[in-house]
Amino acid sequence: MDKQQISACGDELYAAMVEGKTVAPLTQRYELSIDDAYHISLQMLERRIAAGARVIGKKIGVTSKAVQAMLNVHQPDFGYLTHDMAYSQGEEMPISAKLIQPKAEGEIAFILKKDLLGPGITNADVLAATDCVMPCFEVVDSRIENWQIKIQDTVADNASCGLFVLGDSAVSPGKVDLSTCGMVVEKNGQIISTGAGAAALGSPVNCVTWLANTLGTFGIPLKAGEVILSGSLVPLEPVQAGDFMTVSIGGIGSASVRFT
Amino acid sequence: MSNLSRQQIEQLAEHCENAELQAYEITKITNDFPDMTYRDAFDIQWEIRRRKEARGHKIVGMKMGLTSWAKMKQMGVEHPCYGFLADYFAVPDGGDIKHDELIHPKIEAELAFVTKAPLKGPGIHIGDVLRATDFVMPAVEVIDSRYKDFKFDLKSVIADNSSSSRFIAGGTMAKPEDLDLKNLGVVMEVNGQVVELGAGAAVLGHPASSVAMLANMLAERDEEIPAGTYIMIGAITAAVQVNKGDSFCVRYQGLGSVSGRFV
Repeated sequence: MDKQQISACGDELYAAMVEGKTVAPLTQRYELSIDDAYHISLQMLERRIAAGARVIGKKIGVTSKAVQAMLNVHQPDFGYLTHDMAYSQGEEMPISAKLIQPKAEGEIAFILKKDLLGPGITNADVLAATDCVMPCFEVVDSRIENWQIKIQDTVADNASCGLFVLGDSAVSPGKVDLSTCGMVVEKNGQIISTGAGAAALGSPVNCVTWLANTLGTFGIPLKAGEVILSGSLVPLEPVQAGDFMTVSIGGIGSASVRFT
Repeated sequence: MSNLSRQQIEQLAEHCENAELQAYEITKITNDFPDMTYRDAFDIQWEIRRRKEARGHKIVGMKMGLTSWAKMKQMGVEHPCYGFLADYFAVPDGGDIKHDELIHPKIEAELAFVTKAPLKGPGIHIGDVLRATDFVMPAVEVIDSRYKDFKFDLKSVIADNSSSSRFIAGGTMAKPEDLDLKNLGVVMEVNGQVVELGAGAAVLGHPASSVAMLANMLAERDEEIPAGTYIMIGAITAAVQVNKGDSFCVRYQGLGSVSGRFV
C-alpha cells in the first residue's frame, strides 16, 4: 500500500469509530500486509490523539490458539489504549453511545513500574517491571462489518479494541501463579465460561514479553505506568444493553461491568 | 422403580464388568432393555461393586461424572452421575498406565475431596461439605467407557460404573479454607502442549457442590459418604483422548501438578 492509501484507511476507520458505523473489510478492497495494517492503526491513533486522546497503554490480541486458528496466524497482535477507553469497576458502559458490535473477554491487566524496551526482553524482565496485575474486562469491538476480519483487518482497526474495565484489586505478580490462575466469567448470573492463565500463549507473561520485543524492533518501549491488557483467557462473549458481567480470577480478584 | 428382574441385573452387571476387565466394547445396554430405569442402572453398578468386593478388591473412593457443562455438552446428557473406585484403578503420580488394558481412554483434570466426617443426604449443601472436608487434592481421572465410540445415554453409563477405569491422586493437599475452589485454575498439557484449561466453577458452579450432590444421590439408596472417603468431583475440562506413548501433566493453581504416561 502507498502512504496515501494507508492514510485514507486510517481516516476511514477513525470516522467509523467516531460515528459508530462499520466499514467493509479492508482485505476485500486492498492488498495489504500486516505491516501496512499496523501503519493504518497508527494513522487511526494519530487522529484520536489530535482529537485529545492520550495513550495510557497497549492491548495484546489473538493470543489464544482458537483465535489464531480462526485467523490463520501464529502470532498475537496489538493495539493502543487511550484514556477515554478506560471505565471503572461497576461503572455503566453505554453500548449505544460508544460501541458497535461489542464482545466481552476476561483478561489479566499488567500495570508497569519500569520501562521495557525490546528486543531481548525475557519473562524475568517483565515480572521485574510489573508493579501489579489486575482483573480486567476488555470489551472488544470491530469497525469492520459483522466482524468479518482477517488478521490485517483487525490489526488496522486497533486490534479490535473497544473499551475496558479494571477491577478494584491489584496484586503483585510474585503473589500469583499467572499460568495456572483460574478465571470464571458470569453473565447475568450464569457461569458461561472458565479458563486459566495458560490460555494466553501459555502464560500472560509470555504475551507481555512478546509485545515488548515486537515494539522494541520499532524502538518503541512499554512505559512505566502503562496498562497492558495481556489477552483473553476465555471465549469472546457478545453483549447487549442490559447485560451484566463479572469476571473473577483466582488469587487476583474480580471486575464487573453493566452494559446500557 | 425397577423394571428389570434380579437375574437380569446380575447378567447385565457381569456383561458390563467383563467388558471392563477384558477391555472390549459393547453396545449400550438400553438398546436391548429400553424400559430400564435409573434404579435398575444403579442396581447394575452396585452389583458390579459387589462382584469386585467378593473377589477381594477394596473400594477406595467414589467419583462423580458428567458434572461440568463441558462434559454434559460433550456427552449429550443433562444430569451428573456417580461411580465407585476400586483399589486396582489407582495409579501413582508419575506412573505408567497400560493402554492395552483399556479400550479408548480419555483423561480429565479433576480435584479430589477427602472427608473427615460422614455426609448423609438428603439436604446436604456446600456448607456441610466444606465442614466435613479434611483436605483437597489434585487428581486426574482416566475414563474409559465400555460402550462403542463412547456413545451412551445416562442409564447405560451409570450401569457401566460411570466409565471409571483408572485415577491418579496428586501429592499435594490443602485445607478447603485455604483454597479459592471456585476460581482454582487447572491447565492440562499432553506431550508438553496445553490442550485444555478451566477453573473449579466449571463443576456445577463450585467443586464442593459435586460432593453435596453425591451425598444426596446416595441418600436415594439410603447410603452415605463415610468419613475418610476419597471423592473425585468430575472433570473441570473436557475429556482428552490419549494414545499409547502420550504423556500428560496437569497443573493446578496452588496444588502442584499430576503427571503420567500411557505405555
